[in-house]
Parts: sequence; C-alpha cells; structure tokens
Amino acid sequence: MSDEEDDLILDELSDEELVLQMHDDLYDGMADEIDEAVRILLKRNWLPYDVLTKALVEGMRIVGIDFRDGILFVPEVLLAAGAMKKGMGILKPLLIETGAPQLGKMVIGTVKGDIHDIGKNLVAMMMEGAGFEVVDLGINNPVDDYIDALKREKADILGMSALLTTTMPYMKIVIDTMVEQGIRDDYIVLVGGAPLNEEFGKAIGSDAYCRDAAVAVETAKEFMARKHNQL
Amino acid sequence: MQTLIIACGALAREVLALFHLNQWDHMELQCLPADLHLRPEKIPDAVEAAVKDAQGIYDTIFIAYADCGTGGLLEARCAALGVEMISGPHCYSFFEGNVAFAEHGEITSFYLTDFLARQFDAFVWRPMGLDKHPELRDMYFGNYEKLVYLAQTEDAQLTKAAREAATRLGLSFERRFTGYGDLNAALKTL
Repeated sequence: MSDEEDDLILDELSDEELVLQMHDDLYDGMADEIDEAVRILLKRNWLPYDVLTKALVEGMRIVGIDFRDGILFVPEVLLAAGAMKKGMGILKPLLIETGAPQLGKMVIGTVKGDIHDIGKNLVAMMMEGAGFEVVDLGINNPVDDYIDALKREKADILGMSALLTTTMPYMKIVIDTMVEQGIRDDYIVLVGGAPLNEEFGKAIGSDAYCRDAAVAVETAKEFMARKHNQL
Repeated sequence: MQTLIIACGALAREVLALFHLNQWDHMELQCLPADLHLRPEKIPDAVEAAVKDAQGIYDTIFIAYADCGTGGLLEARCAALGVEMISGPHCYSFFEGNVAFAEHGEITSFYLTDFLARQFDAFVWRPMGLDKHPELRDMYFGNYEKLVYLAQTEDAQLTKAAREAATRLGLSFERRFTGYGDLNAALKTL
C-alpha cells in the first residue's frame, strides 16, 4: 500500500469520528492535522466554542491524564500543546466574535527569580480553552507586578508558578503582601509547579495547589462557582 | 569505623575521586540511579530504601544528595531516618559552593557539571525529546541566555563537549572551574 492510500481523509469522517480523530491527533502532537480538522468542523457550521471544548480541550484533558499517570512525558505534552495552540489560533478571533461564555479572569505568571514557563503556559492555554480570560505576566515577576495586574485587570484569580525549590517560597511573599494590603480574600489564589505539593500550597495560604493544567481548570471552575454562590 | 555514602549516580566519579585523593579508606559508596533526577519525587523513597538496607551494617550513613528538586521532602525524610545530607538546593550549587552560587543569582543560566557534560545526550537532549523534536528547543530554553559549565576537573574533552552543548541549545558559553566545592567539605566531616 502506498502512503497516499494509508492517509486518512479527515473531511470524509463523520463529525463524531472526526472529533475522536482530533483527540488522537492532539495526543500525537499533529498540529497540521488539528488545523485542518478545526477548519472542517467550522465549515460544517460547528460553533467555535464547541470545537474548542469538545475537540481541543477534551483532547488535552486526555493528554493531561496520561501525563499525570506517567504514560506521556513533557516532550509529548509540549507537542500536543503546540497542536492545540494551532487550533486555538484559528478559533480565538471567532470566539471573541461569537461571544463565547466567560467564566472569569485570571492573572498568571512565574514568580521572581524563576524563568520557567512551560507549565505556566500550559495552564494559561487550558484556562483560555475552558473559557477564562487570561492575562499572562510572563516570567520573573516581583510581587508588585502581580498585585498591580490583579487590580488593573479586575481579575478573579491569581495563578503563580515556580519550578525551583529556591523560588517557590516567593509565592508566600506575594500572598503575605496581599494579606497586608487587605486584598487577599478578593482573589482566588492557585499555585503550581513541579516541586510544589498540597501541603506547601496550604502552608503559604493559597486556596489550592494544582498538580497540572487540567486540575487548574477544574479547580478554577469550582472556586468560581463557589464565589458566584456566595453573591 | 565504616561509613557508607549513598549518592546520586551523577556524583559517582566525584565521590570516588575524593575517596582516592583523601585516602578515605573507611568509606564505601553506593549509588542510586542518576536518572532519578528526572522524577525527583521518587528520590526520598529510593534513599529511604537504601538507608534501611544499610542500617546495622555501617557505623555512619551519609546521603550525598542536596535538595535536588524534592522541595524539602528529602531533608524531612533524612531527618526522620537520622541521617545527614548535603546542604543546598542542588549539585550545581554545592559544587560551586552554596554561598558563591547564591551570590551569582544567575536566573538565566543553564548549568552542566562534568557528569552532565559527559552525559549530555542521555540526561538532557534525549529526555527532553530534542533528538526527535528539535523544534521544542526554544520552548525549553528560550528564556535562558547562557550555559555555565561548572567544571570539577581540568578536562579539555569535557570542555569541548560542554561548549558544543551550549551551541546546540543556542546559548552562550562560560566555563567555571569549581573543583569539588562543598562536596569535599561535607564528606570531610565524616
């Protein structure tokens, strides 16, 4: 059989088959195939929000589970994220046009002294995919950058990331400063990063430690729902 | 009086070199796999198992690990087991000397030791998937500026390998001779 005969024609698949194929293609980090499939679903009059949630976010959720379980490793997750990013690039302007639901606003950044942003970027992308507006402050953020952005953006959630055991204590400095300024309880504070754990998250006064991007999304949704219930 | 050093495999040559240089005949070395560094959460359990196997056989057991990405969990485990370990965040720091390393405050530097210069492909390039997907390089290293080779020995071949690693990662290169730094000081007390 020639390669050409082996090739799957995405446009010939039913919607259901195509979405499952997209989950596989995301898993395998096949960005061009994701690009093509997103365009096909849009051509079939799918809402951009449905393409995002049913195909891309669900596909990345599966990737997240297998990463957590040690089946996939960082390189594979990065390739999957790259594929999702390509799909998001098509959907983002359409989501704005079609007024997709907004669940809340998050300010996110890597803490001062730390330049690692792979995990933070994954969380930002998954949060956007789940319907949150994300303001990404990038890397090496001092406390004032976080607090200024929270106030300026009227954010709901602060997300802080650190990869180093030497930089993760800085998260406590940020939270302590929020307490001093009397604004701690105005925001949901989520923390994450490879050397962190639940105990550390509690000890520094965060609302939750998020093990991975999928957990961050679920935790953010849960806290936003609780916040709304309080109103 | 026999002492067992339970060390990260990435320190095997260096610990043995110190045994030889200092004629520490009362010390023995047991190494745990160096690739535990790719899953640091597994280090405390691996260390505990090794300590329990050795208790009662040696007079002293010392753990030649720093925190090494365990977020304080290794320190807590060592305290519970009643064994000492090397202070500091990681081997880059204790080779240079924890005080000097902290003073440098280089957040945009990526470090290699002799071990990592020698094993760059096995411990950096391939585990990061860069052999199959070199396009991921800038996602990993885009925020770094410089590769600092912390050299434990004078070895032109290793310096060449480290310089080549810097080129492959798209980083500038600096070699800094450290010798064995705080590793020597820590073992000397035993």
